[in-house]
This record gives sequence, structure tokens and C-alpha cells, in this order.
Amino acid sequence: MTQVGKAIPHESAAGHVSGEALYTDDLLARFAAPLHAWPVLSPHAHARVVSIDAGAAEALPDVVKVLTASDVPGENEVGPARHDEPLFPDEVQFHNQAVAWVLAESVEAARAGAAAVAVDYEPLPAIVTMDQALAAQSFLTDPLTISSGEPAEALAAAPHSFSGELRLGGQEHFYLETQATIAAWDEAGEVFIHSSTQHPSETQEVVARVLGVPLRMVTCQSLRMGGAFGGKETQANPYAAVAAVGAHATARPVRVRLDRQLDMALTGKRHPFWARYRVGHDDEGRILALDLELYSDGGWSLDLSTPIMYRALFHCDNCYRIPNLRVVGRVLRTHKTSQTAFRGFGGPQGMVVIEDILDRVARAVARPGHEVRALNFYREGDRTHYGQLVRDAGRIERIWTSLRARADFGRRLAEVEAHNHANEHEKRGLAITPVRFGISFTASFFNQAGALVLVYRDGSIQVNHGGTEMGQGLHTKMLQIAADGLGVPLEAVRLMPTRTDKVPNTSATAASSGSDLNGAAVERACTQIRERLAGVAAAALGVAPGDVEFSEGRVRPFWQAEDPEAGLSFAELAGRAYIQRVPLFATGYYRTPKIHFDEQTGRGKPFHYFAYGAAITEVEVDGFTGQFSIRRVDILHDVGDSISPKVDIGQIEGGFIQGLGWLTSEELVWADDGRLATRGASTYKLPTLGECPEQFNIELLPSASEPSVVKGSKAVGEPPLMLAISAREALRAAVAAFAEPGVDAVELACPSTPEAVYWAIDRARARAVGRSAAE
Amino acid sequence: MADLIVNGSALSIDEAGVDPHTTVLDFLRDRGLVGTKEGCAEGECGACAVALVREGPGGRTTYVPVNSCLTLLGSVLGGELITVEGVRPSAEALHPVQAAMVEAGGSQCGYCTPGFVVSMFAEYYRHERPAWDPEAIAGNLCRCTGYRPIRDAMRSLGAPAGDDRFLARLEQPAPRLGGLTQLRTRTEGPRRLLRPASLAELLDQLAATPEAKIIAGGTDVVVEVNQRHARWPVLISLEAVAELRRVELGDEQVEIGACVSLSDVEHRLDHALPLLDELFPLFSSRLIRNRATLGGNLVNASPIGDSPPALLALDAELELVSRAGSRVVALAEFFTGYRKTVLAPGEIVATIRVPRRAPTHAHFYKVSKRVLDDISTVAAAFALELDDGGTITKARLAYGGVAATPARARAAEDALLGRPWTRETVAAVEPLLASAFTPMTDHRGSADYRRAMTARLFEKFFHETAAGRRLGPQPPPVQHRVHSQGVRSS
Repeated sequence: MTQVGKAIPHESAAGHVSGEALYTDDLLARFAAPLHAWPVLSPHAHARVVSIDAGAAEALPDVVKVLTASDVPGENEVGPARHDEPLFPDEVQFHNQAVAWVLAESVEAARAGAAAVAVDYEPLPAIVTMDQALAAQSFLTDPLTISSGEPAEALAAAPHSFSGELRLGGQEHFYLETQATIAAWDEAGEVFIHSSTQHPSETQEVVARVLGVPLRMVTCQSLRMGGAFGGKETQANPYAAVAAVGAHATARPVRVRLDRQLDMALTGKRHPFWARYRVGHDDEGRILALDLELYSDGGWSLDLSTPIMYRALFHCDNCYRIPNLRVVGRVLRTHKTSQTAFRGFGGPQGMVVIEDILDRVARAVARPGHEVRALNFYREGDRTHYGQLVRDAGRIERIWTSLRARADFGRRLAEVEAHNHANEHEKRGLAITPVRFGISFTASFFNQAGALVLVYRDGSIQVNHGGTEMGQGLHTKMLQIAADGLGVPLEAVRLMPTRTDKVPNTSATAASSGSDLNGAAVERACTQIRERLAGVAAAALGVAPGDVEFSEGRVRPFWQAEDPEAGLSFAELAGRAYIQRVPLFATGYYRTPKIHFDEQTGRGKPFHYFAYGAAITEVEVDGFTGQFSIRRVDILHDVGDSISPKVDIGQIEGGFIQGLGWLTSEELVWADDGRLATRGASTYKLPTLGECPEQFNIELLPSASEPSVVKGSKAVGEPPLMLAISAREALRAAVAAFAEPGVDAVELACPSTPEAVYWAIDRARARAVGRSAAE
Repeated sequence: MADLIVNGSALSIDEAGVDPHTTVLDFLRDRGLVGTKEGCAEGECGACAVALVREGPGGRTTYVPVNSCLTLLGSVLGGELITVEGVRPSAEALHPVQAAMVEAGGSQCGYCTPGFVVSMFAEYYRHERPAWDPEAIAGNLCRCTGYRPIRDAMRSLGAPAGDDRFLARLEQPAPRLGGLTQLRTRTEGPRRLLRPASLAELLDQLAATPEAKIIAGGTDVVVEVNQRHARWPVLISLEAVAELRRVELGDEQVEIGACVSLSDVEHRLDHALPLLDELFPLFSSRLIRNRATLGGNLVNASPIGDSPPALLALDAELELVSRAGSRVVALAEFFTGYRKTVLAPGEIVATIRVPRRAPTHAHFYKVSKRVLDDISTVAAAFALELDDGGTITKARLAYGGVAATPARARAAEDALLGRPWTRETVAAVEPLLASAFTPMTDHRGSADYRRAMTARLFEKFFHETAAGRRLGPQPPPVQHRVHSQGVRSS
């Protein structure tokens, strides 16, 4: 019985439900006399720090130290890509940026201390909005361009063309566990960092940088995260650095834990985008050319904004063949938090734009949206605008057709129309949208992973790998792969916390790549051990090594595989191997083959493969208020051969609801002075149970093995988020239904809050009225 | 020393060595019970849920799940609660609620999971639970799963077994919270928390410390404690004042004690005020309603409180008491400005009185970004009385979120009198509604949208009375919570 492919619960599920699964901040009680940190926050979005007077604060009871730039023994710099992020800034770059950190015996005392630090600022003009940034030509990058065909000529020649623009809001990660870290000196005088980080190696590197020590002097552990979603890929680093600098300055353990308000005010979010385009199409709705300009709001520093913009460029075609396409992306610099990775990493923004365009094209040619989408699908043999072959393009049509049949799309479309004719004030909308998402880090060198598998003399096993667990079920999948790799039950394997002293130089657990990369590394480590053990077993059993089979904790000749008494137990074999001086541990290493991308030419094969899916969503909208409900969702998604179906289905439905939140209720509002007005759960609204549709049907695409990936599987973390675009398109369909006999375009703001939907109805009615008056 | 019984064991607390602003959440985590998580510190996410063991309606012991981040230690000292650590029966076994969550795939990152388990645990033992109340977990946020598996886990549960020890606990009385002389810090300039045991004691304490901050449910005050780091020299908890915790159903009116939790109001009203049945499911979440009080919601005087529009539409009156005596004020006269009321120093709201006579037509509306557990962009409650000829004889159009206080659209109300309840009448008063208020733009909505909603909600009200049904998305169907209509679960 193999473990891979079994629908098992999350490996920590029993710990989760009993409260026994620990997170970084839960470890605090293990440290003697830890200090607690609280930041001194700038009240300006942009200002020069003239002076910091810590005297009054340090005189308060229980305040131990106010950390400033002078306490940094190494480099005062924590930027992950470009070195443009001073840990203690002399110029404030966003509202509530921390200019100093107070260490005290309690959080209470640290907060009081932070209030007592006197900072003199010289306020400077701030750029808050994207419009202001563009007007001021304030950029973090040069224009990034990908072009194919002859877009200008094709646009001029197209029988129909129109222009449009779309603004997309950002998104707060709202991982339930806020940023948390504990730094302490270990017995060798080196620093040990517990951090809720997706990228322990980079956290280690940043801590070493601020301390001015070699990497070997810093160990970082990420036990497990209470959610991350990209928000702990780079943004955990500064808090680990503060804790490390504090521990260095005081010789005591230092804990930094942001509360929710701090976390929302200080950490980066999904990038808001602004798209402007001109599109040309034929009479039937075939897109002939697209000229697309994308701006993202990067905030104050570069962070990961460049690859995020690239991913938007790579995904502005979604599933559609656009023969002449020019897309130019540029990252704007504003005085806001440094926007960062968030599930989808620019892909969702690119995809929403093309789906928005397709609906407009469909309305322009007066055809149903689903027909025009299908008309434009990539076919086998097509290449993307960056020149990569769309391998398995046929899956788009296969998923599309199958999902429509399963969800009874045609009949329901007719029902929705009938409902809308009969109801003046409540309109329904039904829409189907596809997803094609490229898998691999677009920075090719990140596509590597390592594992360290240890077998002990009693046959029990520890698995270390470079990936971190944030709820996505990576460790569950790694356990399944390791158990099968050594032919033992799951219970024989222990998955170890992710530490930089077990596997060095790891990549972030990001880009949906965690199980592809680490899974292959774990499998390779297990294979080495198994091959060595097969030799030991063969000698003991008197058979050829190739005839030895490892399964269910026993090692037997393959012809006795059903016999529970045959052969040796895995534990006996491990004991023998030890006596015979056969090594019982191995490292595994994997790098994704044959991927590259040339930024100069905008050509290459940045992705190892594509993950596909489609979703159908039905909504109902209240015409009086714009409030709406999600009535039903159907999804068919391609995860290859699922390693862990329960985990994969969880990723798909969870991703959908998270995408739904981004596109509907989650609205980030910045005040004119750069203050984030929505900085708590009471003002920033994630989906609740009430947003979960009563009918929510998820199916995995059958017969979808991906031969180039471990166990035939496919990455699943990010792609499903974009299935939620179907909800936005369904809302647009419902909005259009308020404007009988029809409108040529539905302009719906993002996020589509009830207010946004209300005004969209208002505009649609105005357009419809205008049209009938003109006729 | 005072005790708090946690998971069946008494934890001792030195009353002279604890800051009265200490929340139950911080207390538990300090004592090593780190299964209870902080997710938001403002009662929105439920990761910190614990189950209080309380005397419920009918005197029966009940598990009451609450947000421990908004519950002050001083409000529950002397009482009993269960945390996620106490739910697990043994190292070898999981509780049925926990097992169902594991089986359904109800946890991913696991950080919200303890809160869901506690909410579900309390629902599992709810007396005469006829069906699963979806609201039981609507105050818990999950960022990973999308909720479907958690909902499935809840629905998969049966009734507790007869020998279930948590069921047995409910057969024993809950601890009665008495007064607490004081909880205070040891440092200089001490902060104190007082918990009077009677109304008379409360009024004396208020007269002696007019600067004291009053804590009823704490669901708003403790947000200020956590987020703005608000600290007061004296806090007075109303937790043990029995006189403020009564509900009387008279023939003419109902009297609701200012400190009855909204959940208890909901139970004890027994559908006596149908308009409030529409309000409750839209009023925050179950975890909040288990602590929040009507008195708190009114005294808070927020323009976006949910209960004032409904109570204004029903012509509610308030009984205010102080050492000087009592007086009755119409709710319509209670609010004097942004977060200001007619309350004098030393005076409190004791009782909310609501006439029982049902209007001919009445509905409550709430426009917000999310259907459940959100704060109003605009709230409205409308109540009309029509005579036999269909002429409007009384009109109440009350709003929240459109002015500095909850307010009635009096010009429109007057204009409706004597008219028939028709589309034309609605159209005639719409200009009056559109100009009735000058709302603001903020992160919840624009002034234009709020102005539009002022008229559009009234239009919606008309169409609903004409159609005889509610229009548009509704909160999940609220099940009957009336004890007599339920079936015993075990």
C-alpha cells in the first residue's frame, strides 16, 4: 500500500485541533528572561529623521534599551534583492515605518517606552498614489517589455479596437499568525533565530549581514507558520534582524512579535496594479492584437517587485493566443509599505486584466463570454508571447468542456436568464473562466532544493528538507514521498523542523514549487539509502538486490510481497546495515532542468510546465444595494497525479476563497497622508463562512500525470487563487443584466465591494439608456 | 488570592499583582496555555476563543464561547472556563469535535483551529440543539481552508454520548460570579478594577470615582486597551450586577437589562420583537454577541452601532439610574453628538424598554462589505403602521452610518403620514431622504454611496412589503433558538 496518492489529513492536524502544535511565539516560555520589542513609529509617510532622544524612554522602569542604527554591528541593511532597506532609517519612507525599537521586560513596558522616545522629524513631500508616482516619474524599475508579432501594425489593421483601463487593489496577507521571531545566543556564542519565515536561508543571511558575521554563525529555524501566502518570503527578515541586533546589544533573548495592527501597518502587501490597454479583434471576437501597459505600486523599496511584474507579464495572456502582443510593465515607487510576494505573485493581476478584456470583446461582438474565450484558447503547438511552447494546451479545452458538462452550465445559463427576466431587483450572473499558470521560480537559480534523510539503527527515520510548512501541506507530502521511498508506514517517519543547519542555501518555499523541488530531493535521498539497503537485504535473503522490494515496513523478495512474515523488517535491516558499516543517511539534491529566460530579448522557457484549471461561479446581486452572494462554485483543476488529494483539494478551495476575498471584500484604503486606514480585522474584511458557497464542488482532473515532476504531480499552491476570477466575471454578468437590453462594457472596480457593484450597475444602466436613446 | 478554574483546575491569581487591563488571552498564554492564539486582538478572528462555563437562560449551566482577547481577567475571575487544551480528553484520544476537524481536513496552517474547535465544542453541547447553527463558527476567521471542510466537520457531528464528561459538567451549577473588591497593580500609581456585586454598590463606586471606565461586555473598550494601549486608573466591571441582567416580557413592553449579553437577549426575548430577530444575525458574530450588551452598544453612542436604528424604529426608551434616582429618556433623545449621550456623570443605562406592539411593516437592513460579522456602512430600520384603509398612521425611519449619531429621518417620517403605502408615496419622500443627512466618506464607503443607500434601502423596504418576501442575499437562515421548540440532542 503506497502512501503517495492517499487522502490523508495534514501531518500536524492532531496538533492543530488540540492546540499542541507550536508556533514561533509559543516557544517564548523556553527562554530565560526574554526581552520584548516594540517599534517607535513614524507619524509621517516621508520625513528626515533629525534626531532620536531615547533618554526619557530608557529611564522608564523595565525599559532596557532603545535600539537605533548605532547598535547595528554589521550592515544597517535588510533589503532582500536590491540593498535599499535600512533597518534603522535616517529617512522615513512610509507612514509608521519603525525608526527605533524599544526593548523591555514586558510588552507593556516596551509600548510605554516607545511612546516616550522623542523623535524629531523634518517632514518631506510624500508620494502616496500611483497617479502621483507616475506624474512624478517615481519608479523602482526600468520598463520591462515582452513583445511578439507586430502589435502596432496589427492594431491599426484590426477591424475593431478599443481602449480601456483597469485598476486592481492590493491585498493584505492576513496570515493568522503575525510576524514573530525570537533571537538568542546559543551555547557556542552564536545566534539562533526562531522565525516564522518562508525563507530561513535568507533570514539567516540578513541576520548575518546586520551582525557582520559569516553565515555559519547564524542558525535559523522555521518551526511552522500560521499562514504566510508570500507575506513571509522576505518580510520576516527585518524582524529577525531586529531581534538579533537586540540580542547582540543586550546579551539576552529578544522576542519580536508584531500585533495585527503593526503587522498590517509595517509589512508589504499584494501589489496594486494599474493597467491601460488597446485591443484589436475581429467580428467573431478573436483577439488580433493587444498593447498593454502595466504599472504596479511597489511601495518604498524594491523587494520582489521585479519578478512579480515579470510574472504579470508572463500571465497577461492566461489561456489565450494573442498573435500580436506587447506588454510593458514598470514598478512605481510610492511612500507606502514595500509590496511583496502574495500567492500568485503578479500572475493574478495579469490574468484579471485579460479576462476583463475578453468580456468586453464578447460584449462588443454580442456573443456569450464563454464562446469568445473558447475561440481564443491556445491550441497544441502554440507558443506564448515569450516564446515558450504551451505544453498540454489541449488540457484547456478538455477541462473547459468537462467542467461545463459537470456543472450543467448550459441549462443553468438559461435558468439565470429566466430568473433575470422575472426579477427586477435581484439579478444573477453565471461565468466560467480558465487558468493557466507557469510553474518555476522565474529567477532560474532558485529552482533547486536539498534534503537530508537520516535512518537510525531502529529503523526510524528523520526527514529534513529545505521547504517550510505554512499550512500548505508540504510536510505531509514529504512524509508520503519518504515513506514510499523507504517502503515504511508514515508513522516510521518524522518530519523535522526546517533549519539552516540541516540543509544549507535553500530557496524560499514559494512559487508553488515547494513539493516539486523538495519532493524530488527527498525522493533522491531515500533512493540512495534504499539502494544501499537493498544490497544488505539481498545478501541476507540470498536474492539479487534488484529483486528486493521495500513496502509496509518490510523488505522482501518481490514474489513474497504479499507475505507479512517474509523477509526482514525495515528495523532489522537498518540494524544489520549499521553493523555492516553501511551509511544510513543521505542527502538529496534536485534542480529543475532546462529553464531559462533572457530579459534582454524577452524570450525563453521560464517555466518547467503549466498548471491548468477552470471554475464556474454563480452569483446573485441585490440591485438596491449592490450586495451579493455566491450561490454556487464548480472547479475542475489539474494537479497532475495528486500526491495528497485532501491537501490538494484544500489548496484549491482555500485558494479560491482567498482570491474571492481579493476580488470582492478585501479593500485596502490609504488616507491622503499615506496612513493605512484599514489596519485591522474590523476594517479589512476577509471572507468568512458566510462567503463560502453552499454548493462548492471541487474535482481534480483525472488522467493528468505530469511525467517531469516527482510522482507525476503538479504544483497547486498558487494557481487556484485565480479561479476566483470567475466570480468577478459572474458579477459583471449580473451587473449587465440590470441594464437590459444590454451594455457594451461593464466597468466594475476591483475589489468589487457592494459599493463598487452598486456603482457598476449605475454606470451600466446609464450606458444602456444612452445606447437606446441613440438607436 | 482568587481563583479561575481553567480546564477543571483552579489557577490562583494574586489580586494585588495584576494589571486590571490584563486580558484572559494574555493571562492564559503567560500561564503556558499557548494553544489559545492571538490573531487580531479585536474580537474579529476568534483564534482566541475560550468557553466560559456560565449559568445560561433557564438557570442551566452552559458553555459560552467568547473572544478571550476582549475579556478582561477581572471580569471572569472566580469563574470557570475551558481552553482548547481542556477539550482533548486524553493523550490517546481526540474529542469528537477535534476528530471531525482532522477527518474533514479542517486545518491547514492550524493557527485558527483552536478557536474553531472551541466554538464548535460549545455548539456541540448547546442545550436542545435542533440543528447546527452556522453562526456558531461565523466569528472565526480562517485564511487557509475557505471554510468548506470546517463546515463539513461541524455538520458531521452527532450528539454527545451519554457518559460524556463535558455533558456531565453541564448538570452541575456554574460558578456564580460575585463582587471583587479589587484587582490592582503593585506599582506606584496603581490601576484598579472594581467589580461591584449590586446596583447600589455600583452607583456608590461611580459616585466615588466618576473617572472610572465602565466595562460591560468589554467588546469595544478592550479593543481600545489592546490597540490604542488605552489605560485607565479605575475600571468598573458590571459582570456581577444582577439588577442589570434581567429580561422581563410584559404585555405592553419588554424590559431588557442593559448588561444582558445579546445572545441571552436573543434567547430570552423568544421572538417577542421580530425586528430584533432580523438584527441579531447581522450583529457582529456569535463570539461577540456572547459578551456584548445592548447597554454597551447604546452608551458607546457610535454612529455605526447596529442596535440603535432598530431600537429607534421601535420607539425604545431607556431607564437611566444614578445615586440621585432614575429617569426615563426616549432613545430618540439619548444621543447628543458623536459618541455623546445625555448620561450625567455617575449615571448609567439600567434598562432598555421596547413596546411590544408590532408595526404593520418593519424591517432591518445592513449594508456592509461582508454579510456576516462586519461593521455597517449604512444600517437602517423602518417601521410603519397602517390603518385598515392602508393609510400610514405612524412611520419610523432610523439610520446608522449617515450622521454623527444614529438618527431618524424626521421630515420623511412626517411626510409619510396620511399617505397610502404605494410606490408613488416612496417616490415622493425620496428627495427628503436624499437630503436628510450629510454622510461622510471613509474606508467603509463613500458619502455618495451612503446618501444613495438612505433612499434605496427605503425603496427596497417598499418592494419587500409589496412582494411579501425579503429581496437580495440574506444571512444564513437563523434557526429557532426557542427552547420549547427544540428537540433534546442526546
